[in-house]
Amino acid sequence: MLTIATGNKAVAAAAKAAEPGVIAAYPITPQTEIVEQIAEYINAGDLASQYILVESEHSAMAACIGASVGGVRTFTATSSHGLLYMHEMVHWAAGARLPIVMANVNRALGPGWNTWAEHTDAFSQRDTGWLQVFVSTVQEAYDATLMAFKIAEDERVLLPVMVNLDGFTLSHIMQSLETVEIGDFLPPYHLPHAIDTENPCVYGPMTGPNDHFRFRWDIERSMRDARGVIAEVEREFAERFGRSYAPTEDYRCDDADVIVIAMGTLGKEAEVAVDRLRDDGIRAGSMRLRWFRPFPDLDLAGREVVVIDRDYSFGFGGVIAGSVRAKTGIEPYSVIAGLGGQEVTYNDIAGFVRDRRPGEETWFGVNEDV
Amino acid sequence: MTNIVKRSVSILSAIPKEEYLLKCTSACAGCSSSLCLRYVLKAAGPDSVLVVPACCTSVLQGIYPGTAMNVPVYNIAFAAAAACASGMSDAFAKLGKKTNVIVYAGDGGTVDIGIQALSGAFERGTNFLYICYDNEAYGNTGMQRSGSTPLGARTTTTPGGKLTAKKDLDRIVEAHNPPYMATACSAYPLDLYKKVKKALSIPGPKFIHILAPCPPGWRYPSEKTVEMGKLAVKTGMWVLYEREFGKLAISGPSRAAMRRPAPLEEYIGGQGRFKNMSPEILDEMRHQVERSIRRLASEEAGAC
Repeated sequence: MLTIATGNKAVAAAAKAAEPGVIAAYPITPQTEIVEQIAEYINAGDLASQYILVESEHSAMAACIGASVGGVRTFTATSSHGLLYMHEMVHWAAGARLPIVMANVNRALGPGWNTWAEHTDAFSQRDTGWLQVFVSTVQEAYDATLMAFKIAEDERVLLPVMVNLDGFTLSHIMQSLETVEIGDFLPPYHLPHAIDTENPCVYGPMTGPNDHFRFRWDIERSMRDARGVIAEVEREFAERFGRSYAPTEDYRCDDADVIVIAMGTLGKEAEVAVDRLRDDGIRAGSMRLRWFRPFPDLDLAGREVVVIDRDYSFGFGGVIAGSVRAKTGIEPYSVIAGLGGQEVTYNDIAGFVRDRRPGEETWFGVNEDV
Repeated sequence: MTNIVKRSVSILSAIPKEEYLLKCTSACAGCSSSLCLRYVLKAAGPDSVLVVPACCTSVLQGIYPGTAMNVPVYNIAFAAAAACASGMSDAFAKLGKKTNVIVYAGDGGTVDIGIQALSGAFERGTNFLYICYDNEAYGNTGMQRSGSTPLGARTTTTPGGKLTAKKDLDRIVEAHNPPYMATACSAYPLDLYKKVKKALSIPGPKFIHILAPCPPGWRYPSEKTVEMGKLAVKTGMWVLYEREFGKLAISGPSRAAMRRPAPLEEYIGGQGRFKNMSPEILDEMRHQVERSIRRLASEEAGAC
């Protein structure tokens, strides 16, 4: 059905289509619309989930963990401080191999209070064992959330998935949205290690170094297998519903001399910048990173690269710039831009490309003497 | 044979022979919390799941892949037990399962780091049983003080004795108006067994607070664990009761103790943690016991 919706409402609509047995969530700007919309669905009788309105995000994830291992599909949504407050349980969910799906509306962290877009919240969960996908449109927010359940619950993966959408610039903007009849796209929830009182098992007891090490390797093995599963699920989604996705969304990259790498809404903005640059005779392309974990293989040989990071790892550099350098050996021009919701236009992005200085880093709009 | 003894015998014979906490746990000698767990599980039966935050019970289960547990146990992070149980309880409800969800948590994981999740779960009316076994300190990490450590007790972080009173967890829980809450003590397993049975027969959030004496923590010989629990009750330091839909009933063993409590020194004197306690602290402790007995007695009499 064709409609218009905000990014938040698209996520809620996808969660509804997946029919989780339990949803547990705590409100936080700019995610609130998701929890409110789910409450509306349940109140109207359009969704039969058990909805646990918890007293904190730590409890939201703990409740999802209990529900997921209890044998039902689970969903939650959060943002920024909420994500960090549940950090301990974020690790626990992945370590416990539970296919929980969480929407994270990317927002800066305090102090001071800033509710606008930044990717620091999600990146601070980088090493937890969660798959992370970043979306750039309302439609993609819907599609990625639906696919997240299928990817997470695949027995070759059995890891939680975080769907990231930029605060306000995507969570609160209206675009067209085509919802789908999912049919049997999502199979019934089946967790091989769900609690069964007929076959009593102990989960997560004291564990010595050898077994602990083996379990951590097992997470990485599944993370590697997840690449293939993601490709399969995205292919099936395209066949059923006609919209195609890949680990990166490449735009006019084939003959590009310089490629802009960005994530989320800035990655979409970069496509307009590429058109402008092409109009001026600069052979530019853009590569929007959709999947952050597992990190995609990037084919950038022979190109110059401009990386826009809406994040920063203090004392090191932009997280994506560092990742691109590590994965490809290319020294990108690292632009730190858009922190705390700073406005970054396609003209600004075109400017980053024109003024690129490979190997250097710049903080957009910040003078050193500030 | 008095009626009371007859009744006890008939209940004793009703306790199932099945064991859900098997032999060879990693518990310390004289551990009373494992004794309690054994009776809790006998009362709950096999269609039960334990949710256990970080506490002595995380350790006494044994080390992977071995386990002493004969029901599913879900180990969860320190602050998260009640929230995890919330999710599990709702999952079972969604699946139409009647499985008991029981949190078995220590005092630190309940009165301190876990109290927010506990309060949330009770406010939401979660259908589960939360059991706090209280050894009055962080036992698993080697006896540091918790909010549940009593006035005057020496722990590794209060080497001169705790300067403040034990947090009154039961009044906090009572403020949530749960349909059922009770206190129990490891020295009275039949009382505990009955209370668990009753709690699990009632829908909604239920709470049982068990005093669980701890030989290494309280510094008394391990063979005196049962005696120490009995002294806690006989001196009125620990009052056994249940409160069903707001109506308080003092349990048998405490009824006599409240009429004529044994001297507090009998309880204090046997424990190294109270060694060299000042007369002022002892006096204050005696006042606390009197206040608590008075309050409960007048509540039971309907005077408050």
